[in-house]
Amino acid sequence: MTGIFRPESARQVADAVAWAAAEEEPLEVLGRASKRAFGRPVQAGQGLELSGLAGITLYEAEELVLSARAGTPIAEIEAALAEKNQELAFEPPDLGPLLGGEAGAGSIGGVLACNLAGPRRIKAGAARDHFLGVSAVSGRGEAFKSGGRVVKNVTGYDLCKLMAGSHGTLAAMTDVTVKVLPAAEKTRTVLLLGLDDDKALAAMTRALGSAHEVSGAAHLPAVLAADSEVSYVREAGGAVTALRVEGTGPSVEYRSAALRRELADLGESEELHDRNSAGFWQEVRDVQPFVARPECLVWRVSVPPQAGPAVAGALAQGQDALAYYDWGGGLLWLALPPSKDGGHAALRAALSGCGGHATLIRGPETLRAAIPVFQPQDPAMAALTARVKDGFDPRRVLNPGRMVAGL
Amino acid sequence: MKMPEPDATVLARRREIARALNAIVPGEGVIADRDELAVYESDGLTAYRQRPLIAVLPETVEQVSRILAYCNSEGIKVVPRGAGTSLSGGALPLADGVLLCMARFSRILDIDFANRCVVAQPGVTNLGITKAVESEGFYYAPDPSSQIACTIGGNVAENSGGVHCLKYGLTTNNLLGLEMVLIDGTVLRLGGKHLDAEGYDLLGLMTGSEGLLGVITEVTVRILQAPETARALLFGFPTNEAGGNCVAAIIGAGIIPGGMEMMDRAAIHAAEDFVQAGYPLDVESLLIVELDGPEVEVDDLIARISAIAANCGAVTSRASESEEERLKFWAGRKAAFPAVGRISPDYYCMDGTIPRHRLPEVLKRMAEMSARYGLRVANVFHAGDGNLHPLILYDANNPGELENAEAFGAEILRLCVEVGGVLTGEHGVGVEKRDLMGTMFSEADLAQQQRVKCAFDPDSLLNPGKMFPELHRCAELGRMHISRGQIPFPDLPRF
Ligand SMILES: Cc1cc2nc3c(=O)[nH]c(=O)nc-3n(C[C@H](O)[C@H](O)[C@H](O)COP(=O)(O)OP(=O)(O)OC[C@H]3O[C@@H](n4cnc5c(N)ncnc54)[C@H](O)[C@@H]3O)c2cc1C
Repeated sequence: MTGIFRPESARQVADAVAWAAAEEEPLEVLGRASKRAFGRPVQAGQGLELSGLAGITLYEAEELVLSARAGTPIAEIEAALAEKNQELAFEPPDLGPLLGGEAGAGSIGGVLACNLAGPRRIKAGAARDHFLGVSAVSGRGEAFKSGGRVVKNVTGYDLCKLMAGSHGTLAAMTDVTVKVLPAAEKTRTVLLLGLDDDKALAAMTRALGSAHEVSGAAHLPAVLAADSEVSYVREAGGAVTALRVEGTGPSVEYRSAALRRELADLGESEELHDRNSAGFWQEVRDVQPFVARPECLVWRVSVPPQAGPAVAGALAQGQDALAYYDWGGGLLWLALPPSKDGGHAALRAALSGCGGHATLIRGPETLRAAIPVFQPQDPAMAALTARVKDGFDPRRVLNPGRMVAGL
Repeated sequence: MKMPEPDATVLARRREIARALNAIVPGEGVIADRDELAVYESDGLTAYRQRPLIAVLPETVEQVSRILAYCNSEGIKVVPRGAGTSLSGGALPLADGVLLCMARFSRILDIDFANRCVVAQPGVTNLGITKAVESEGFYYAPDPSSQIACTIGGNVAENSGGVHCLKYGLTTNNLLGLEMVLIDGTVLRLGGKHLDAEGYDLLGLMTGSEGLLGVITEVTVRILQAPETARALLFGFPTNEAGGNCVAAIIGAGIIPGGMEMMDRAAIHAAEDFVQAGYPLDVESLLIVELDGPEVEVDDLIARISAIAANCGAVTSRASESEEERLKFWAGRKAAFPAVGRISPDYYCMDGTIPRHRLPEVLKRMAEMSARYGLRVANVFHAGDGNLHPLILYDANNPGELENAEAFGAEILRLCVEVGGVLTGEHGVGVEKRDLMGTMFSEADLAQQQRVKCAFDPDSLLNPGKMFPELHRCAELGRMHISRGQIPFPDLPRF
């Protein structure tokens, strides 16, 4: 990169992109650059960093809505929400430390562009589900908006959904509006101890199929549980399966007791209360178990929940793989030793039977340039994806190659 | 309402087209008889009527693919249709278009309790999904009032909501996967039984796309275990302000109820006359709040919300003590549309959303408009999320009254946009709100949306005349008028 534009207004973003489009000069679009190491490396002469577009522009707690400039630090938003006992219910993970950077460095635009979501995804949805409105500049250098500031809205296509998870390849977002929700009054986590993967899956399935509104269901094998900073988990002496319930005081007490009773046939259980519970889920959310193993490649694999252990098992064969589960088995975090193809071929093969997708979240730049970081698409989907891209960015100047080589 | 000019050459080829479609869907799957086509001439928005050129009722994905490929190559327009309950004219046929009815896609394909999802064909009704899984205590959460009739495919196309969407989300939040067919016949699969998209979120884009991007042939939705108990609260307030304040105070206290619905005086009276739900008649605003979950939670929240309501000046306050009573509280709200239908020959249902705190002002201005247009209006309101359903009462037999009602409706929707809301919360743009899109979106906004359409349907053959006020050619939309050296290097902060 020879230079970085740092616009301070939506107008300036449009100027920069219009210039880039005219000159066919690719731009690397960045929020606060905390997730630069995620995705395929972008070949761009210029950067377009949106950190100059910062600040909360509207926050009406009773309307459950917040608008901010796209480059606003996520930490600033979380702090403002916490003051009113609210939160982003999708629990945006902080991947900074996992990617070798600082904690708390990301922007709201980056969180949305990557469609990140934490353990509460299973109950509350992902970033996409909370993304109400956007103003952005397309690769044509044209400002457009979609959505609004209300939850119920079907006026026109939902372009917010397209922006979520597009990794800055369609448009540079300048302003975003998200739905916010009250934070739970109380949280408890039921821990089941010493279950193998299959039994853990059965436990999570029973819990998630109950009426107890479980808002987190994760399973850590013994070796990863032993690294936890939460003493109950670290000292459990084996694998830990965790089930979280949140809500009002009496309800949480009732539901955690009910879960323990209903799952008593699976053996011993423990309970984590507020602070320990929060600490544990933050570790799960931020992929903490693999932060301390910087040499490993880290994959994020989304599968039908019942397929989780089988996919993990297929990959573990013959290599030093480490895996833990979130989303009741539906999200597999996988650490593999470095290798030439990063395990990509074996992973894709393991997924072909059950459906789902795998994304390389952490790996050296050379590997990320060499293998598909995101799930490869069949020719028809790839062709449609290219047509959608061209509808926003016909000269392919925004983050070219970030998601798919050549696009 | 102006629809695209019918193509005379297509109209003239009607018999030939019917024969070609019959080769794909044999027997009674092709309807070309003018009289038989009458049942399809409108959807839930009955003010607009148009018989289709031909209706076709395929049974397999392969047939859908071949029909679309044929229509695409022959330049024939296609309008997809589920149960035809759309309230925005989304399924309104075109004189020169094939109506693609998905009614025969009515099978549940897979009930997967372990993965907590159901795979269904798009013609299965919304309630049909819940019925298929309720033996194990599960249900499908989004519950539009039309749920006995409307199809899951139509729900996806409209991103439908229901009274429980405040807590459990809309269709888009409960959808895991789709199989769909593009206008050129390509069959695609999006998502599956896993969460989140592998590339662009085309699943999210398809939801609410009103049949303009592709034909849905299979749907995978998430199911939930039903809550242990549910109870409803009924509050009456002397003013709309007080009712609105109560809604804000409940949410301000960090409580998101299972449902929260409001009715104004006109709607309360119409509903009470119709079903005798026991609503108080001396209040301006009625609020129904439903709490669901374990009994301890429900009891606790009932106490807290009752206290909030008392603080906000509720003059009526009742909590359901039995399942019958809960259903009775809801009966009036659920029957609000037919109840209004009883007191007026015709009614026109609007669907704007506003930031909740603007409610008193919006209702006041609506009352002024009502006087000005000389038409009564009754309001039901998804209070928790600001989605208004004003019902405008009119008589289509009086010359000019339909047009007057439409003008009144359009003014209400413009008001919704003015106060920071949107034209449609859950019923869709369709033909009804098409010409109002410009009040919410700029030319550039609409052009960008249409470029998305071009990626799916470059000749605009799928459901044209809906959603967009003007149809632009994709070639024109795609063109870029700038080239090297025309734009100076931007003068912005750099480092
Ligand atoms: C009495 C009544 C109450 C209602 N209550 C509610 C409510 O509470 N909440 C709410 O959100 N809506 C409500 N509606 C509106 C309506 O029921 C919904 O929009 C519903 O989802 C439409 O489903 P349908 O099967 O009837 O679709 P249709 O009316 O047949 O079609 C609707 C749109 O979807 C497209 N479409 C249908 N099937 C497909 C497919 N397979 N592939 C691609 N496109 C397709 C059509 O082209 C059209 O644009 C109500 C309607 C009535 C009449």
